Amino acid sequence: MNRHGHALRIAIADDEALARSRIRDLLEDCAASFALEIVGEAANGCALIELLQQTPADVALLDIRMPEMDGIEAAQHMQKLDDAPSVIFTTAYDVYALKAFELHAVDYLVKPIRLRRLHDALSRVRAITPLSLDVLQQLTPEPRRHLSVQERGRVLLVPMDKVLFMRAELKYVTIRTMEREYLIEESLTRLEEEFRDKFVRVHRSYLVGRDHIESFERGGEGGPESGWVVKLRGLDERLPVSRRQQHVIKDFGRI
Amino acid sequence: MSRKQSILGPKSPSRQVFGAVKSINQNGHRDVLPDFRNLGVILRVVLIVLALSGVLALAQAGNWQAVLPRFLEVSAPVQPVLVLSILALSVLSGWLRSLEYWTGIVIVVLVELLVASLVYRLGEQFFGGDGSGQLERYWLYIVVATGLILYYFHLRNRALSPALTEARLQALQARIRPHFLFNSLNAVLSLIRAEPKRAETALEDMADLFRVLMADNRNLSPLAREVELTRQYLNLEELRLGRRLTVEWHTEKMPGEALIPPLVLQPLVENAVYHGIEPRSEPGVISINVYKVRDEVHLVLRNPYRQDGGHHAGNKMALGNIRERLALHFDAEASLKSSASDDAYQVHIILPYRKEAR
Repeated sequence: MNRHGHALRIAIADDEALARSRIRDLLEDCAASFALEIVGEAANGCALIELLQQTPADVALLDIRMPEMDGIEAAQHMQKLDDAPSVIFTTAYDVYALKAFELHAVDYLVKPIRLRRLHDALSRVRAITPLSLDVLQQLTPEPRRHLSVQERGRVLLVPMDKVLFMRAELKYVTIRTMEREYLIEESLTRLEEEFRDKFVRVHRSYLVGRDHIESFERGGEGGPESGWVVKLRGLDERLPVSRRQQHVIKDFGRI
Repeated sequence: MSRKQSILGPKSPSRQVFGAVKSINQNGHRDVLPDFRNLGVILRVVLIVLALSGVLALAQAGNWQAVLPRFLEVSAPVQPVLVLSILALSVLSGWLRSLEYWTGIVIVVLVELLVASLVYRLGEQFFGGDGSGQLERYWLYIVVATGLILYYFHLRNRALSPALTEARLQALQARIRPHFLFNSLNAVLSLIRAEPKRAETALEDMADLFRVLMADNRNLSPLAREVELTRQYLNLEELRLGRRLTVEWHTEKMPGEALIPPLVLQPLVENAVYHGIEPRSEPGVISINVYKVRDEVHLVLRNPYRQDGGHHAGNKMALGNIRERLALHFDAEASLKSSASDDAYQVHIILPYRKEAR
């Protein structure tokens, strides 16, 4: 029993069905000495976030390499949930992640998982200090594939390739997709660093999706001081290009 | 058959290229004439002869303008000699290479002199010659050129000496991803309780796969064996990935007896699964097409591909590894090309058709 008074609620995320069933078997073995309950299974990070919003869990056993959204990214988005579960990563072999786990004292299990290890990890789970976003971001060199937005008590996932541009506001960053705008609590500088490959800074407060740029145009009266604006595919709005970022236009070879 | 023999087997096809691939156990290395049937060897001979003609033209021409006409003049008698020599030597190649090195060299020089004299006589008949000492000078050029070419191959042979080539082949031996090993073990473990029969088959496949991976893979092996190995590997991947992986085999025109370097197809398919199938949630198809056209064996592999997949360094390394092994075995006669479109990735390997000598 644990101090919450209920059985330990566990969610499993792994893209391989047999790997999930192996964990289930092991958890059943643990159940003999441990009150636990499997609240659900997911085949990737996105599905896990969905699942957790329906049925909260105390622990998530999270595979690292999964399609759509990997485990490390899922752990980052999970922190926005009201009662975020503790995370125990599972991996068959991932040199980079294992090094990072050791460095930051992150809990992990290597597959094939031993019953004893799983048992130990679960008994310690209440004592685990929640992972900070900073640490999680250092666990992988890959940029996230989604941004998560908190809205009316829910966490929405916005795929990065749907994001046309990002605009810095006073406290927030607005992200724009074809359909609508979302507010996220991150800094534009940090976003610029993370998504360097896909987004380019055209103005102090604008990051623009490289693949979405249609053209650069001469702005009319009252335009930005550089005289240039950028047009994105499928969007009527023109975004300003600042004098300092004018070199971007040349880089695109569309002057 | 002793271990040494099985590596060195006199029919070992990997010896065909410069006789370079031999066992480390053999002390020192034996000089062998180049295989004049090998495309790479022919190409090198042609290039060296052209270069020598160029140098001669440069030396004889008084000024820069005269170099090109002089080059054409020099080349005119050289070309027929070159073509005939290559023809003659490629016919004699097998026999020449079975002789003592120095005997072989003497015979090559004699063949060259014979060919040169023949061309000279013919030329004299058709175009009339100015006689007097021309043929002797011609002979001199031929001996010098032949000597230089054979010396070049001697040096090259030494650079690719058995120990060196051996060491490189060994270092390049395909290694299976630990990622695959541990995930497969995990999958088999999960089968043991519910489906022990499937677990047994899976472990048998793994045993076969690792037996080959850990074997001495320096000699060529039959294509059919490589395909069988790849099938066993894919059985294991299908176990893990279930419906996400579909494999289409096209092996109706496969020359199963053709000899290829071992572990060429399997690592490529492993790459296709790792980069093409695993990063996707939706099912994907890997298609493998093996066929023979004239004297070439083609292996074509296609898999789905998404450009933002990441981790491409691993793929490049695997392709580089296979490319280098192909070059060590077949020199310029084998090629590996990879191409990516928006949603598919393709690797196309062409190998010369070789089979076990009987």
